Amino acid sequence: MTDTAPSQAPGGAPPRMGFFTDTSVCIGCKACEVACKEWNAIPAGDAGLTGMSYDNTKGLGASAWRHVAFVEQRKPLGGQEPGVDVFDAAGRLGGPAADGLPPVSPDGRTELRWLMSSDVCKHCTEAGCLDVCPTGSLFRTEFGTVVVQEDICNGCGYCVPACPYGVIDQRPDDGRAWKCTLCYDRLGEGMEPACAKACPTESIQFGPLDELRERAAARVARLHAAGIPDARLYGESPDNGVGGDGAFFLLLDEPEVYGLPPDPVVPTRDLPAMWRHAGAAALALAAGAAACFLGRRP
Amino acid sequence: MSESDVTRQGLRGTRPGHQAVTGEAAGRAPRHARRGGRRKGRRGGEQPPVEPARFSSYYGRPVLNKPVWEARDIAGYLFLGGLAGGSSLLAAGAHATGRPALARPAKAAALGAVSLSTAALVHDLGRPERFAHMLRVFKPTSPMSMGSWLLAGYGPLAGLAAVTGLTGRFRRTGAAATAGAAVLAPAVTTYTAVLLADTAVPSWHQAYRELPLAFAGSGAAAAGGLGMLAGPVAQAGPARRLAAFGAALELGAMEAMKRRMGLVAEPLERGRAGRLLRASKALTASGAALGATAGRRSRAAAAVAGTALLLGSAAGRFGVFHAGVASAEDPRYTVLPQRERLRRRTAHPSPDTP
Repeated sequence: MTDTAPSQAPGGAPPRMGFFTDTSVCIGCKACEVACKEWNAIPAGDAGLTGMSYDNTKGLGASAWRHVAFVEQRKPLGGQEPGVDVFDAAGRLGGPAADGLPPVSPDGRTELRWLMSSDVCKHCTEAGCLDVCPTGSLFRTEFGTVVVQEDICNGCGYCVPACPYGVIDQRPDDGRAWKCTLCYDRLGEGMEPACAKACPTESIQFGPLDELRERAAARVARLHAAGIPDARLYGESPDNGVGGDGAFFLLLDEPEVYGLPPDPVVPTRDLPAMWRHAGAAALALAAGAAACFLGRRP
Repeated sequence: MSESDVTRQGLRGTRPGHQAVTGEAAGRAPRHARRGGRRKGRRGGEQPPVEPARFSSYYGRPVLNKPVWEARDIAGYLFLGGLAGGSSLLAAGAHATGRPALARPAKAAALGAVSLSTAALVHDLGRPERFAHMLRVFKPTSPMSMGSWLLAGYGPLAGLAAVTGLTGRFRRTGAAATAGAAVLAPAVTTYTAVLLADTAVPSWHQAYRELPLAFAGSGAAAAGGLGMLAGPVAQAGPARRLAAFGAALELGAMEAMKRRMGLVAEPLERGRAGRLLRASKALTASGAALGATAGRRSRAAAAVAGTALLLGSAAGRFGVFHAGVASAEDPRYTVLPQRERLRRRTAHPSPDTP
């Protein structure tokens, strides 16, 4: 429903910029979350502990524009040498004095993996939030990203349920809707977004979307060759339900394991059909009401 | 975290049953918990829980951010908007067919309802002082933008119709305003269904085919009920017929909708939404039936029937609202239909999917 800038628009417009988040090298340090909060002056938000994992941010929202998901699975990481008891190996490191640690789990279970993934706004090609915004506060920038103008937003909240990824949200004390801007202010100065700058492992890569897609395809091929068949790209295809994500991911499991929807579709895809159904219902109502006045007059 | 949790005695601080559950097990966890806790509110009409389908989730957390709207403001607006639209239709018909004692309360109700609903909409804004930003742009991709323009046109017409009708002055202007309000009224009544459906909320989005018909019926039933409540029995014949038509339309559309929606119809039958929608069905059906029988002779019966219809319409809107919020809060309603769609697409690849 929305017109988006082609990635190499004529007339000197910048190419469409985005993120490629390679979760296979994420170490869950949350430097991206901190850098984002610092640069964008985002309030602390809920400081409570979830008790479910090392993830206390829980998800993306008005005051969490990067969110590092943390998943623990009883599954070997591809490329890992199976059958190696790391605790046994560690116990032998200390020489003859170390008589070995007792096994950590009585059933001898040692194969366990941690999945960490830094989630962010997808800056969709067909953005539901932008489509439904009634004030024009949400707009598409020259970099092909989607940004809220906070001096325009009147806090109607329509963008919140319109996002198929659960990204944008309303800040209760402030009343307006907030989300990742892909550091629009930094991009204007030729700088990379704060999260990508802070990422110590280059899990978060920033650049022109075309280039990132090539890099991602090469990376996933390399991981497959290295014996990690679970590696897959998420959101990079321009054929997906949102016309391709400006921020896409390399995941090591199904998207829903990370809290991502497996097949999101922008709600406005069905909007023409919705207007047609509403129009038909309006006509039926008008006809029905008129029919109620047929017949005898009092 | 300065020292290791691994000691010579094994792992320190392990608490059996407290480990994070992820993967397929996580999706099922909250459903088992809820099943136990809900026994108190169970009613006879509820389906016995079926074995939940397996799916993965991130610690059972929702995929979507749930709507931030207040039920009182937005579900209240859905009801009042429908009442206003239906009343304008009733008013125009009564005006044109010489039923002044029915036209007057219907016009007043339309003005009252549209005023209250505008107040509710402004109240629900995070920045109410910026309500005029709604008319900054004209945006067909945003049902809320279209609705704002619709209300901006309809509200003054309904106001003019009511004021001229009550004072008896400027009759020709009043007649034109009454007709103008009636032209916009069907759109005012049904566009709110698009407002809800044009979201990623599973139980709202999947309802988009039948929801406009259900809302049209609900608005007609409410307006018919109001006509019976406020108009004299002798002139309220069209109100009784409008109520019967609206009730049949709403109940029929809701049934068809639930049958087609599959899994995401569940939130419409469970919990608070289920209770509200069952109450709505009973009130609407009995109100329309009572109105069509005893309501034709007795003023008291007509008043009872009218009240039941108004309450039934309101309960229906609140039920649909709460069902949507519940469907956004549970990841199964987001993940399972999308998984099913992916499965079908892989099985039968076609160029025009999804």
